[in-house]
Amino acid sequence: MITLIKRFEEMFQYLGGIVLFVKDTLWWFFAKKRKLKTLLREIVVIGVDSLPLVSLIAFFVGIIIAFQTAYQLKQFKSEIYIASLVALSLVRELGPVLSSLIVAARSGASITAGIGSMKISEQVDALETFAVNPIDYLVVPKFIALFVCMPLLVIYADCLGIIGGYIVGSTKFSLPAGLYFQLTFDALGVKDIVGGIVKSICFGSIIAFVSCFEGFRPFSSIDVSRSVTHAVVRSFILIIICDCILTALFYFI
Amino acid sequence: MALKPKIQVENIHKSFENKQVLKGASLTVYEGETFLIIGRSGAGKSVLLKNILGLQHPDSGRVLIDDTDISRLNPSESKRIRLKFGLVYQGSALFDFLTIEENVGFYFYQHTKMKRARVREKVRDMLALVGLKDIEDLYPYQLSGGMRKRVAIARAIIYNPEIIVYDEPTTGVDPISVDKIVSLIEGLHSQFNITSLVVTHDLEVGLKIADRLAFLLGGRMIFEGDTQDLEQTEDKRVIQFLEGSSKGPIQEMEV
Repeated sequence: MITLIKRFEEMFQYLGGIVLFVKDTLWWFFAKKRKLKTLLREIVVIGVDSLPLVSLIAFFVGIIIAFQTAYQLKQFKSEIYIASLVALSLVRELGPVLSSLIVAARSGASITAGIGSMKISEQVDALETFAVNPIDYLVVPKFIALFVCMPLLVIYADCLGIIGGYIVGSTKFSLPAGLYFQLTFDALGVKDIVGGIVKSICFGSIIAFVSCFEGFRPFSSIDVSRSVTHAVVRSFILIIICDCILTALFYFI
Repeated sequence: MALKPKIQVENIHKSFENKQVLKGASLTVYEGETFLIIGRSGAGKSVLLKNILGLQHPDSGRVLIDDTDISRLNPSESKRIRLKFGLVYQGSALFDFLTIEENVGFYFYQHTKMKRARVREKVRDMLALVGLKDIEDLYPYQLSGGMRKRVAIARAIIYNPEIIVYDEPTTGVDPISVDKIVSLIEGLHSQFNITSLVVTHDLEVGLKIADRLAFLLGGRMIFEGDTQDLEQTEDKRVIQFLEGSSKGPIQEMEV
């Protein structure tokens, strides 16, 4: 019982810590202008370097969904609709979720490990003695990079997934390209696309906050590995919870 | 000459969770002197240092830098006080994602609009002063421990701080580099007459450079004075540390 209370206490302390952290980050975000060069460096590390993995996974997921839906649609002799189903499931759900899980595991983990090792080698303290705020210097550029990169990565993943679906459609079911893409765009409404982008921005922010926050926690090298694990696991959990809430919300509005 | 206190630490206490690390530590560092804080590993030296730098705040007691209490400052004052210090960290703490030039010129890149060529020039001069050259475009991991330490010293003094703090300046460095670093510290001190604060457990090196020293044990100062006072002290704990003996009043219990 006492341990349970203690667990809850720790959980609330953690959440409180994150809330304060988000507040500081937003404060610094609005407090000053940033050099494009530093931002570009982060965007390359976080966004551009994620492209190969995102491409691979999005492309294959497109192919997989196409086959899976074709399996169902075959019973109704309406394989032609794989185009719409691939497009909708990718744009509304799988694009944002899969891309952000990839980025959380790839860039989020590296952010935590990077800040964590700076923390334990006193580089974070060194920043403070140079009167440079670590949140301002380390966190805000990463936050901006994720904020910018996530939606772009998601749109990119959606496109590649749709191409994957088209390859199945054209080779197995010999759908002409014009028809396939016509069906794809007919199926997608503005709401679907905006919903996917809103999700991606929320997930990107979750990754930024959780992985940077975890980066500042370690006191020794063993803590760094623990923090990296925590960062990835907690990002996954929060992304899925957030996805559930947003999906429900979009359903009702 | 009346000595002007630069750093005053007054009876500070600091605990973490249920462990009390500082139990009323006090010391005074005067302008222009080299002051040594000595103590065993785990005696609270790093915590004391963090409190002096304002990275942590004491639970009770106060720290004065030039007669200003650093616990209640607005951001701009706190920035001004921060930049009075130049820090040489134990593991050098060079920013590993920046080149040596960007590290040493960090202050100028962050706080001034100085042209890159001008910063480069200053960095080159400063590196020459610590006995290094042609390493501006390397990254910290490409240097040896002793070189990193000297780069860290260059980074700390390039903006003319009033106080330079060395945290364990000779730990993890080979004996020849130790000698170089010690003469560098002495040279900088006589050249610029800046106040130096050295935190170490290496008594031999410490006594070479110190004007005065304080002995930290179990979160309190058990000795403060100059090197002559140290020779005459009758405190058995200090004597035990000077002799480097495991027999005496300091036992593991008190760590």
